[in-house]
Amino acid sequence: MGMTIAEKIIARAAKASEAHAGNIYVVELDHLMSNDGTTHLTIDMYNKLKNKQIYDKSKLVWIVDHNVPCDSPKTAASQKKMRDFAKENGITFHEGDGICHELMIEKYINPKELIFGADSHTCSYGELGAFGTGVGCTDYLYAMVTGKSWVLCPETLRFNFTGALQNGATARDLILTIIGRIGANGANYKAMEFAGPGMKNLTMSDRICICNLCVEAGAKTALMEVDDIAKAYLKEHGREAADGFVSDEDAVFEKVYDIDLSEIVPVVAKPHFVDNVSPVSEVEDVKINEAFLGSCNNGRIEDLRLGASIIKGKKVAEGVRFLVSPASRDVYDRAMAEGIIETFMDAGAIVVNPNCSVCWGSCQGVIGEGEVLISTGTRNFKGRAGDKNSFVYLGSAATVTASAIAGKIARADKV
Amino acid sequence: MASFTGKVFILGDDIDTDIIIPTEYLALKTIEDMRPYGFYPLRPELPSLIKPGDIIVAGNNFGCGSSREQAPEVIKALGVSCVIAKSFARIFYRNSINNGLLLIENSDIQDKIKEGDELTVNPGQDLVLNGESYKIGSLPENLMDILKEGGLVNAMKKRNGVI
Amino acid sequence: MGATLIEKIIRRNVHDDNVKAGDIVFVKPDRVMIHDIFIPFVADKFHEMGFKKVWDQDKVVIIYDHMVPASQVDDTRHFRRGDEFAKEQGIVHIHRADGICHQLMPELRYATPGDVVFGTDSHTVTYGGVSAFSTGIGYTEMAGILGTGELWIKVPETIRVNVNGRLPDGVTSKDVILTIIGDLTAAGATYKSMEFAGDTFDAMSVSERLTMANMTIEAGAKCGLFYADEKTAEFSGVPCDEEHGCFKDTNDGDYVKVMNYKAEDFVPVAACPSQVDKIRPISELKDIKIDQVFIGSCTNGRLEDLRAAAEILKGRHVAPYVKLIVTPASRSIYNAAVRDGIMKIFNDAGAIIMNPGCGLCCGRAGGILTDGETVVATNNRNFLGRMGTNKVNIYLASPVTAAHSAVAGYVRSV
Repeated sequence: MGMTIAEKIIARAAKASEAHAGNIYVVELDHLMSNDGTTHLTIDMYNKLKNKQIYDKSKLVWIVDHNVPCDSPKTAASQKKMRDFAKENGITFHEGDGICHELMIEKYINPKELIFGADSHTCSYGELGAFGTGVGCTDYLYAMVTGKSWVLCPETLRFNFTGALQNGATARDLILTIIGRIGANGANYKAMEFAGPGMKNLTMSDRICICNLCVEAGAKTALMEVDDIAKAYLKEHGREAADGFVSDEDAVFEKVYDIDLSEIVPVVAKPHFVDNVSPVSEVEDVKINEAFLGSCNNGRIEDLRLGASIIKGKKVAEGVRFLVSPASRDVYDRAMAEGIIETFMDAGAIVVNPNCSVCWGSCQGVIGEGEVLISTGTRNFKGRAGDKNSFVYLGSAATVTASAIAGKIARADKV
Repeated sequence: MASFTGKVFILGDDIDTDIIIPTEYLALKTIEDMRPYGFYPLRPELPSLIKPGDIIVAGNNFGCGSSREQAPEVIKALGVSCVIAKSFARIFYRNSINNGLLLIENSDIQDKIKEGDELTVNPGQDLVLNGESYKIGSLPENLMDILKEGGLVNAMKKRNGVI
Repeated sequence: MGATLIEKIIRRNVHDDNVKAGDIVFVKPDRVMIHDIFIPFVADKFHEMGFKKVWDQDKVVIIYDHMVPASQVDDTRHFRRGDEFAKEQGIVHIHRADGICHQLMPELRYATPGDVVFGTDSHTVTYGGVSAFSTGIGYTEMAGILGTGELWIKVPETIRVNVNGRLPDGVTSKDVILTIIGDLTAAGATYKSMEFAGDTFDAMSVSERLTMANMTIEAGAKCGLFYADEKTAEFSGVPCDEEHGCFKDTNDGDYVKVMNYKAEDFVPVAACPSQVDKIRPISELKDIKIDQVFIGSCTNGRLEDLRAAAEILKGRHVAPYVKLIVTPASRSIYNAAVRDGIMKIFNDAGAIIMNPGCGLCCGRAGGILTDGETVVATNNRNFLGRMGTNKVNIYLASPVTAAHSAVAGYVRSV
């Protein structure tokens, strides 16, 4: 019986010859990522254990990215706990280097791997043919101590792409459109697999963007085949251009969607749900107070380039706050080298350090009562970016930048 | 200005404006919201202990640091009737006068007084502690005028004919 | 009749050559500055006082810097209130994310030699670096000025500080002002003007002078003034003559105190927790392990400061588990630092590079610390609880000391 990519990765991690959707497997994890959102809680639980041990510290990567730099003594205390523990136990540790998922993709993930991350957007690693999934502290702790966990092997929704994005549409518009179509729980517990001839027209950055957002449809993970584009990325980032898995021809998919990329148009997700998707043309003229370009979804060099190409020589609308946060130190470095940082600064943007920033809504660029934010972040839940009575629209780097210039939601071809 | 008596709280030298009200709380909407955080870094219990009419006695350079006017306003909101210190920082001094908070410069009582003592203040004349009198000065005329009006806002209101 | 620099500046403002220390005079400010934390209060008091129109829109500058980007939900209310007030009053000098007020005021020539400037921030004294009389006031007084265009002040007495000679390598103007504050104490210049003179200051850049003027408030001073020279005039875009507020040092004023230093005697120092006047030579601070370094603020966030730190960090990395936070003082400084490769050096060294603004210095975000942590910072205050809990240890030092400390993981000046 044929297997999907998800099933093959689970089988490998379970050291089984086959794995199939609906069954539970005991698996060995390849990486365990945790960030400052919850690591302090994991440490508290760990410290209560009778037999304190870490199964294999080389599998752990801890990343401080949510409140960087710290905004309160409370976050400083939880980060200190994390830093001290990492130091004491020799755990790979990043602080201020960028957003966890971006760093994992840039530095650590390999094809066929199974990764637990104590963050919901851990599903971001599918473009490298790796199965990443978000877990809570308890699951994380168990895996940290034993090296193992259990996984319910997911059904797979298969998305076949044909054609290429055009008309100013980006990968961000594509995945928002898909989530709008299948709904915020349309892929609950499931894997979303993306394939088809259209894949060759999507860059690695596009693919990361697509995989990253799948949790917003409820997906357990997102997966893609490791083609030459993915292998080139691995090589460029100092890793072996290893093969990934491909779903068998007779693999069982719960559902197959055929999507012609050329039909995608610029969209936004309106408050307060990611699946509340409309074409940008339907929400033009919504006045904004703030725009945000960044996050693990849309903070890569390609996104910044796109934004910079739109804003070059123009200015941020008076009274609008335009925050730009590169997703990692490397992204910042490249953006500086390419003159992109200066372009944003000259336009009046607020370029902040690489971190989760207002996507996480806790300490940087928080919005106030009644205010409107258009963001390339991952979520637009009520109150996500600040006051409980504030409004977040999700759009592409192009739409966000255009909106920052216009002072209202706008399509990039209109500014 | 009439005489009054209050219970004394003792603070040291260089009580800065970040101690009086930390920056973290400056964006709270009202002085009333900030009140519970008065003296937070140094003595967080003070807002719950200070009763209306109580007096703060401190050392040198009281109110040094920032120009934040919330500092005298929070002290006033706590019910403090006056601050007696060996010396005051300049901006704090102006801000206090402008908000009608009485400040008295005196270097004689600090060694004699302890927390909880009762102190009587006869403005412009003296302080009375355990029956002993300690002379104090009076304010320059232009400042007394502002104090008499109940602060700068009222003085300006009068100027603009809104009261 | 002899005069101190502050007397010369005030005489020019009030058109009365007999004004001297101790006199109470009404001055007409050439410029006023209001920042984001206080703008709602100023606007409210202005209306409460019964005023309708500011006396001169062109003389009012509004700057958002303490709360950029907003870290708390209510912060943006300050921006909205400021925008609303600016619109209502026709105020066009408004900077929403361009950097720290005290950098922008001299940089954008809102404060120039001989000016009288008031700001709703204690570090308004900074513009003494370009020979302006500038000082901090509260929001009520600011509201009064906005309505009346004047403020009463008592002409301050002057402490004259003479420094001559060449500063040793690795010693910066920050070390000089910290040392002077240590000698004067935190209240030593209360109500007074500090006046700096001597060839050591002549050799200093405007940037270095701004650093020193900025910190005079930490000795309680009403202002800290430098005589304007060709450098100042060029920086401020004015001719270097008395008509344009560039006064010569006649050294014939009535000084309440004169302090004399030899530049060669200065050493790298730090203000130790938690008093600005608790000054120790860095060489005596041997085994102080640090958790964080902050380079920025209106004291030491200028291009020269970043460059000095970058020279030390070039090709090196911040010590493991130590954070280095760099916050340029203004947008133009940020851009210049990108162009000059300074930001690249910081980024390669592992620094966290923030947007221009007050950052950690004002203690609302930007690198808050917790119990038991120690930070070396280039800003101006190390008050208890200023950067987190009251158990955070703050050492104030120069950008040179900050950079060396970041690499070593200990307080170091070499």
